[in-house]
Amino acid sequence: MARFLVRRLLLSIITLFILLVVVFALTRVFPQDVAKQLAGPFAPQQRVDDLNEKLGLLDPVSTQFGRLVGDVVTLDFGESYSQPGVKVVDLIRPALWNSAKLVMLALLITLPLSILGGIMAARRKDTRLDRAIVSLGLASASIPDFVSGVILQLLIGVKLGWLPATSSSVPADAGFFTSLRFILLPALAIVLVYFGYIARITRAGAIGVFDSDYARTAYMKGLSPWEVIKKHVLRNALQPTVAVTGTQMGYLFGGLVGLERVFNYPGLGNLILRAALAPDLPLLQTGVLTVAVIFMLATLSSDLLIAWMNPRARLAGGEN
Amino acid sequence: MTMIEPNLDPVDRADPATAALAVQNLHLAYMVRGQPREVLRGVTFQVRPGEAFGLVGESGCGKSTTAYAALRYMPANGRITEGHVLANGKDITEMSNAELRKFRATEASMVYQDPVQAMNPSLKIGDQVSECFEILGHGKSESMDRALAALKRVHIAAPESVMDRYPHQLSGGMLQRVVIAMGLAKDPKLLVLDEPTTGLDATVEAEVLDLVRELRKETDAAVLLIAHNLGVIRTMCDRVGVMYAGKMVEEATSDQLFGEPRHPYTIGLMNSIPRLGLRKTDRALSTIPGNMPSIGTDLPTCVYVSRCPIATDICRSDVPPVVQLGDGRWTRCHHSDLLDQIVEPLAEVPEHLIPDDQVVELNHVSKTFRQAGHAVPALVSVDLGFAEGETLGLVGESGSGKSTLAKTMLGVHGPDDDGGTITLDGRPMKAKATDRRGEAIQAIQMVFQNPDSALNRSWTVRRILHRTVTRLTDISGEEADRRVSEIAEAMRLSEHHLDMRPRQLSGGLKQRVAIARAFAGDPRVVVCDEPTSALDVSVQAAILNLLATLQRDEKTSYLFITHDIGVVRYLADRIAVMYVGRIMEKGLTEDVFNGPVHPYTEALLSAVPAIDGVAKNRIPLQGDIPSPADPPPGCVFHTRCKYHIPGTCDVEIPPSVTVGPRHEIVCHLPIDQMPTPVTVTLSQKN
Repeated sequence: MARFLVRRLLLSIITLFILLVVVFALTRVFPQDVAKQLAGPFAPQQRVDDLNEKLGLLDPVSTQFGRLVGDVVTLDFGESYSQPGVKVVDLIRPALWNSAKLVMLALLITLPLSILGGIMAARRKDTRLDRAIVSLGLASASIPDFVSGVILQLLIGVKLGWLPATSSSVPADAGFFTSLRFILLPALAIVLVYFGYIARITRAGAIGVFDSDYARTAYMKGLSPWEVIKKHVLRNALQPTVAVTGTQMGYLFGGLVGLERVFNYPGLGNLILRAALAPDLPLLQTGVLTVAVIFMLATLSSDLLIAWMNPRARLAGGEN
Repeated sequence: MTMIEPNLDPVDRADPATAALAVQNLHLAYMVRGQPREVLRGVTFQVRPGEAFGLVGESGCGKSTTAYAALRYMPANGRITEGHVLANGKDITEMSNAELRKFRATEASMVYQDPVQAMNPSLKIGDQVSECFEILGHGKSESMDRALAALKRVHIAAPESVMDRYPHQLSGGMLQRVVIAMGLAKDPKLLVLDEPTTGLDATVEAEVLDLVRELRKETDAAVLLIAHNLGVIRTMCDRVGVMYAGKMVEEATSDQLFGEPRHPYTIGLMNSIPRLGLRKTDRALSTIPGNMPSIGTDLPTCVYVSRCPIATDICRSDVPPVVQLGDGRWTRCHHSDLLDQIVEPLAEVPEHLIPDDQVVELNHVSKTFRQAGHAVPALVSVDLGFAEGETLGLVGESGSGKSTLAKTMLGVHGPDDDGGTITLDGRPMKAKATDRRGEAIQAIQMVFQNPDSALNRSWTVRRILHRTVTRLTDISGEEADRRVSEIAEAMRLSEHHLDMRPRQLSGGLKQRVAIARAFAGDPRVVVCDEPTSALDVSVQAAILNLLATLQRDEKTSYLFITHDIGVVRYLADRIAVMYVGRIMEKGLTEDVFNGPVHPYTEALLSAVPAIDGVAKNRIPLQGDIPSPADPPPGCVFHTRCKYHIPGTCDVEIPPSVTVGPRHEIVCHLPIDQMPTPVTVTLSQKN
């Protein structure tokens, strides 16, 4: 296991470096002269030059890249271009926390529901229950999150008034659970998209396991269906589910631009969109990098979880 | 059915309430689109306490379904529509789910084919075995102690360390021991074994069967055994039931049944097995024409009528009676007194002379793999040659290098750089198939064990064959179409079959297509890797006949890899025995079976459960085959050889001794001390 972990961590570090290069290259491709844009269309050339000088935009590319690497190492990404005087990390941190709250709430609802649904569908394969779960999942997954977000907002938030229709107006003194009420609607929109997806992955994984000889062995030992699921099915059937959940984290943290807009929720997606439009290079770089690191950590932990679940993967590095 | 005769069902031999298992008039159907399709059409038999009962029949006859029904394990669409299953007097068809679980946990257990699949890959062996005890209410640590004791009972090597291992870290034979340990954990009154040794090496199979026999004596459990290998049934079972199309057609003690079968179907099965030293030069094998009716087919009269060689009008109009033959023996046939009308094929087979010239020759071929920095010599200086029209049977346990040899010949990977040459008509061939051209590619083809994975499933048979013809020969266009039809005809595939896809064909037909594919390019040598081991004996007979005929007509040579000694004796002109990448013995088939032989050959031949009777003195092979990465010094076999001479065999590499014409043995023993193979005698089981 230790060897597996070390190898996987080394790989992550290499990935991180490649990622830095990509992020750096990304921000170089903006067509506009950044300093000119920041200084405004009528600013004198002198001021533009000063700004260029100050931001280090005239330095050789290698120096600029070195600075980015230095930023990452010291975790200090400098000041925002669009909001001078404000540190980039101070903009990222609250947005990241907001996104994390939303994603965790959504997953906390999605995962148990869809795993339960997937396992039930697999156990009752080709019955009405199975078809109901699969088609319900397909239908809800085919609606983009921001569309179902709008529908939920209008139906539950406005018409029925059960939950707050927007997520930005959290009272300052709101406790943790009260603040969760404000993000329940967007979280439900995410649940709608992901329930079908994850349930289907779980179903596919579980069908093979229910049909397996070792599940039969377990039944023949006299275990009850619930014990068979708990001790023999879950661990083997959920490996694809874990892998898929890990790879979706990047999107959940950085890609929910539409949904965050609908609910006026200050998450990471919105922040990155704003930085790209400004353009606010340090904020954009840091935002993209944050999402990428989350994605990396998520896949790393799902890989580790799978290795824990599957001794063949875990021991592959150690033996033979 | 209008007339029901009084004796249509076999009478229970004794009080069903005291039987370990009593299956009574069991009807079972699969629901397909709301319609019941009958799988079992009234099965009745008993397994008395301490008795071993065997079920035989071709695939699809319902023997496994019966076995699973004995523990009420059915697919979701399975329904018991009539009849009862009693286990020690309790009717399991009427048990509640909780009662059924208790029954499975305490009274009955099951061991089935492929132990690798039967174990949960992500739990340690100890946890899986101890589960059998936890379910009985024992605590975790007590269960673990009992699990260890259960593993010790099946004589597994290093049981403490096995407890802590995962299934993928154990060999198939060890895993089957673990599965048997789980099965016997609670001293069941009934043990159901479904093909428990299929897929295991003959030597491992012999060990597992020995173990089951020994444990049976200890526990006095009743055994219900399913096996398509009739030799296994013969050596293990007291009584045997023959099933066909969901009905039992004959029941007898195993000596009676194998000695004098009394149903046309049983006779057909027996005659299709190469046995009693039968050779291809004696006669063709009998086959059973046609196919078993598929499940759900309406079979109002005799179930076997469509394939029976002695069927008459009455067989088509009336249900056959159960004919009691005394001593609980019975058969379900109108003509049980006319069975001597069934004749074996007499077709004389012209002896074909094998020329001395070698078509393909392997000279000192060595192949070393590298694994994690270590050299793994998989083939060590192998010398073999194939004359035109000759079959060379290659035998040896898994891991002996048979497949590596086949792959090296085919050019899947070349031999080592200094690892000898393979010649075609005396000219060296390129090592890799990708470098070979024209004739060299065409010359060597292969038939695999599993036609399912060897044929492109989305192509029609015609397209598969057409492509092979155009790829391997200069023929194209209409001429290629003609050639495809010719080949199909030679394989007895109809035009209708040519337009089907592999999945629409039965196992036997698929293997015919695979053979057709191999022959399409007019090869000189065909490598057959266990081509019949997944097939029913009746289908196997047809395939072996086909291979023998093709060989006579086309003068093709075969490298025939198999673990079935009966098959190799029937088909092979010469035999080569491999062990840890080395040829230990080669010689003409009859010479090898008459001896003297290599000690390893002796053990291999004696390990096979013979349908003709029980070998009195089986030579057990202790332990596993050594890893080629770390071969024993001196003679590689000395670690398992009962004749081994200390100071010689473990030090010096043995010489190749010529013991007769074209018969070489690599051994230190003087010729007069080399063993002769044990002869199979019709002795009693023990």
